[in-house]
Amino acid sequence: MRLSDRDTAMLGGEFGEAVRIALELVVAAGEAMGAGELLDISGAHIDGCLYHGVAGLDFAKVLADAGGEVAVPTTLNVSSLDLLHPDLYRGDAETALRARELMTAYEQMGCRATWTCAPYQLSDRPGRGDQVAWGESNAIVFANSVLGARTNRYGDFLDICCALTGRAPAVDLHTDEGRRAAIALDVAVPESWLDEDLFYVALGMVLGRVAGTRVATIGGLDERADEDRLKALGATAASSGAVAMFHVEGVTPESETLGAGPGMRRVRVDTAMISAALHELSSPNGPLGAVSVGTPHASESELLTLADLVRGRRSLVPFYVNAGRDTVARARSAVDEIEAFGASVVTDTCTYITPIIGDVDGVVMTNSGKWAYYAPSNLGVDVALGSMVDCVESAVAGEVVVGSLR
Amino acid sequence: MRALVSGHASGELVVLEEGLSFWGGFDPATGRIVERTHPQAGQSLAGKIVYMPYGRGSSSSSSVLAEAMRIGTAPAGLVLGEPDSILLIGSLVARLLYGVECPIFVGDVGELNEGVVQLGEP
Repeated sequence: MRLSDRDTAMLGGEFGEAVRIALELVVAAGEAMGAGELLDISGAHIDGCLYHGVAGLDFAKVLADAGGEVAVPTTLNVSSLDLLHPDLYRGDAETALRARELMTAYEQMGCRATWTCAPYQLSDRPGRGDQVAWGESNAIVFANSVLGARTNRYGDFLDICCALTGRAPAVDLHTDEGRRAAIALDVAVPESWLDEDLFYVALGMVLGRVAGTRVATIGGLDERADEDRLKALGATAASSGAVAMFHVEGVTPESETLGAGPGMRRVRVDTAMISAALHELSSPNGPLGAVSVGTPHASESELLTLADLVRGRRSLVPFYVNAGRDTVARARSAVDEIEAFGASVVTDTCTYITPIIGDVDGVVMTNSGKWAYYAPSNLGVDVALGSMVDCVESAVAGEVVVGSLR
Repeated sequence: MRALVSGHASGELVVLEEGLSFWGGFDPATGRIVERTHPQAGQSLAGKIVYMPYGRGSSSSSSVLAEAMRIGTAPAGLVLGEPDSILLIGSLVARLLYGVECPIFVGDVGELNEGVVQLGEP
């Protein structure tokens, strides 16, 4: 790998021990990925602040104790704790203590305490062509696909290494060639389905299975594929596959230049595939135990929509809404209405990654493909998938009511 | 086969039919696949040489692999159909912190014999 003079100085320890360790790992990862050089990044989003065990904490402490300081503006992903609503946490005290220690180590390195999996909802998000190093699979696919920013799939550890050095391997999705579509999906469903939020979740499930790690281009959608729907599509695709970028023809910023090409394999996505995907994500049998929406974190517009749906009503079951603390602060009056409905607003973390919901009698309903994908393994619950409207109607009725796409 | 993380490992071969997200799909406490929809749910990967067509899903998989290596429930080595920097960095960090190894190679499943497999040079 060709190294700049500054890279060499970093590896020689001239910028301190934390930077030396970090750049060694960035170079090792870059060489494995076939990068010829490193490039400068203008921002980072850190996934490693979510507690998964002692190893992650040990690594963060090694870097923080060695005086590590991020070189670029850096946001933090969800953690294991809700610092604004600490009473919601039902896990053990020792895990909470270590999780907090991990959060502190990342704050100590100069990362911003944003605690959200949707950093693209913050006001200072990156734009088209910006080189960044983002962790968190849903944020990665959104940054590349919807914002046109450029990031590879940065895992825990490599994310902070890039942030500490301001450098990333110049390869794959950081380059034009790596962003070019390799496979096409043609959506062939009834026109009215494009108005249904759940359709985008199901399409994400299909996209992940069909594309795997490849960049796909999707034809047959239009401007109804707004940011919230593309968020749902990408988050589900990054769960069922390793999708880090997709194009939507006529919608996403690079679809014209790097989207469909001649001779590309085109896969038709029909109603049967969409229905099968919904079926796979949903096992709606049994009483309704709880509802969880907002995975990835609910946007301001989703909170406003939810507030309209719940106004003057009352949930009969525990109802959780996950959202970033910045978004909650911006949408305060909507949040008040959502809480008056009986819902708990969860910030800084999410209900499928940390013990918040507790033992439920029955299925948990969600509008999120990502939640539906991971919660059965993570929490041991059965999941019913429905739209936001379905979730609210079910909560009010006290039983699973699914009206969308059935 | 090309080494992403060099080293030597031997163990019984487990060929995964689908990619696996170590986070959410693998429990480092037991070393088993816990993703319910994975065709090999329940399979133990501890001490095995694991072939995966590709890494999948969460960027937290580096943490989970490193934690499994720390505890001793990780695969002995991995062979990936495609390079994966998320698993690579998990293996490198656990080696840095604890001196434990989980070599990772990129190769085709056809290059692997059934039964006990050797990866890298002892």
